Amino acid sequence: MIYLNSILFCGIICVIGQIILDNTKLTPGHITTIFVVLGAFLDSFNIYDKFVLWAGGGALVPITSFGHLLIHGAMDTVNNFGVMGLFMGMFDLTSSGIVAAIIFSFILSFIFKPQD
Amino acid sequence: MEKKKYQSMVEKHTPKENTLFNCLISFFIGGFMGFLGQLLVDLYSYYLNIPTKEASTFMIITLVFIGCLFTALGFFDKWVNFAKCGLIIPITGFAHAMMSAALEYRKEGLVTGLGANMFKLAGSVIIFGVVSAYVFGLLRILIIGG
Repeated sequence: MIYLNSILFCGIICVIGQIILDNTKLTPGHITTIFVVLGAFLDSFNIYDKFVLWAGGGALVPITSFGHLLIHGAMDTVNNFGVMGLFMGMFDLTSSGIVAAIIFSFILSFIFKPQD
Repeated sequence: MEKKKYQSMVEKHTPKENTLFNCLISFFIGGFMGFLGQLLVDLYSYYLNIPTKEASTFMIITLVFIGCLFTALGFFDKWVNFAKCGLIIPITGFAHAMMSAALEYRKEGLVTGLGANMFKLAGSVIIFGVVSAYVFGLLRILIIGG
């Protein structure tokens, strides 16, 4: 059942992005940025956590989960250290994705040549 | 007058996007990516005996690796042209943006090319993510106190 939910959730997020892309002059860069901000907004009142419980991995795959993990990590340290915690824990949970992207693209850019 | 004429000519010759077809494609490709994510989480947590939270981190690393590798091999661009948001919205789009910037600027040198331009496309995601998370975090502290 959770597989069906993840297909539905991820598919619907992608369709919303596609509708925005087709009907406005925004570039893909704008759309990913909008979705990150949307994910952070949804998680600031614990709505995205419910999506994660409902759709499992399907809610973690779209870029909205990036914003969700940013504010989630920040809020974990806020509980211990107050306002200063906002600066400390923001990358706690997202670091894996960012570091993986940096390392893999650094290494692979030495191996492969750009293709036209 | 000339400008208006030109505008109408441009509008006439701009290729019409088939929105319904695009939406269907991105729904199925995006849904498949979500399915793949959940499948990887289950596989990792079953075979490596780790909690779901760590398994989902592993899943994100795997998807980023897949996105980077296929972009470097050269055929991810064609897939993105076909599936559009179905591959841009999932985390593979982030990896694709980083990898194509790294590939493109690699020939301009290590520091001034690769180092300075790697975040050229993907940087806005991180910048706006951090700024919005900070603002929403502050609001949340003010409203419900952490």
